[in-house]
Amino acid sequence: MLKTILKSALGIWIALVIVAALLYAPPAMGLGDLSRIIYFHVPLAWVGVLAYLISMVYSVRFLRRGLIKDDSLAAVNAEIGFIFTLLATITGAVFARFTWGVFWNWDPRQTSIFILLLIYSAYFVLRSSVDEEGRRARLSSVFSIFAFISVPFLVFVIPRVYATLHPDPIISTESGFQMNAVMFRVFLASLVGFTGIYAWIFNLSSRLINLEQNNRRENE
Amino acid sequence: MVKTSFSWINAVSAIVTKDLIDEFRTRHALTAMILFSLTTLVTVSFTIGIYALDVMLHSALIWIIVFFSAMSALNRSFTKEEDSGTILALKMSATAETIYSGKLVFNTLLLLVLIVVMLPLYYVMMNPPSGSNIALLILICITGLLSLSGATTLLAAVVARAGSRGSLLPVLAFPVLLPVLLTVIRGTGIALGGGSGEELKTDFLFLLSYLVIVVTASLLLIPYVMED
Repeated sequence: MLKTILKSALGIWIALVIVAALLYAPPAMGLGDLSRIIYFHVPLAWVGVLAYLISMVYSVRFLRRGLIKDDSLAAVNAEIGFIFTLLATITGAVFARFTWGVFWNWDPRQTSIFILLLIYSAYFVLRSSVDEEGRRARLSSVFSIFAFISVPFLVFVIPRVYATLHPDPIISTESGFQMNAVMFRVFLASLVGFTGIYAWIFNLSSRLINLEQNNRRENE
Repeated sequence: MVKTSFSWINAVSAIVTKDLIDEFRTRHALTAMILFSLTTLVTVSFTIGIYALDVMLHSALIWIIVFFSAMSALNRSFTKEEDSGTILALKMSATAETIYSGKLVFNTLLLLVLIVVMLPLYYVMMNPPSGSNIALLILICITGLLSLSGATTLLAAVVARAGSRGSLLPVLAFPVLLPVLLTVIRGTGIALGGGSGEELKTDFLFLLSYLVIVVTASLLLIPYVMED
């Protein structure tokens, strides 16, 4: 019962966010209607990074406790993160095309998100190349943690090599990209909505994992 | 305490010696690596050797050749133990951390040979512009190689345990090594253009801190890779 209410509330919430982002929020100065993409692009990127972080946490937990379930949850989170970062990359490229003139120019943000996609593609390749369950879980957890460590270095290196055109990711009064109160409200509502979608997908997949495990136990 | 650290050094050097003897007898990794780098170098030289290239282009070419040659050599460091079935004996006679350290030292030595052979050949075949800061060039190459082998040794163990051969190592190593490659390509370009060490101070610091962090993480993670 609670689940149905939550699900419908989420659906209505997201519908309202879409309407508000397209009609209610005013266009930003200098960008016009293009600015409306941030109500989708930024939450997508946020959920992507959140899912990767949680995937890493589950990998660490797997290595500490050795439960296969933790590894399955890490993999599911990596998959969710991959889809969301892919969508963030696409929306970002669309934004880049209509503000900077090209879809792709190896801007630091584009480079770092591309590396994230590469890391997790490699993670899936590694998973698919090991058959034995325990070993697959260990190896992919190790790789996930190891690759995650190198990400902060990218943040340091890439801005030294290339200059960025991306708007300041930190929303503050000093940054170039300023939001008024109405825009900020829609933006926060969208962040909450997308995080809700993530929580829903996560809930669905962890229930699926539980069912699969029970099923296997019964068969044995 | 003193005694344990000595025995640890002894164990690591025993593994390095074992690998050196093995390599000296078969020369498998060495010949594969040198021939690989030679083939790529000759291909590059045939096609674009006649043009006067920018220093950054030279540096990018050098590191593309080094990266892929290194991958072909380091791929063997753990898979050869799996292939010959010696991994069990190795695991019985040493801890995972010791095996990792031994392999790390051996891989670094192997890459040093690569750069000693490859760089002079590159100079002969590609004629990079004169006026380079040779000492700085050698220094940045060696620091780059240390970071390269530091990050790749753990991944080589992962690939060997995954039981997959061939192309998996570069796929796993590339995203992890990208910060190193970008820094080292930029640094090599500056050294080839005759820049001073002062310009590259932060780059050296960066590479060394990367090396320390990556090796520490590898030492923490390697027991999970070796475990059965």
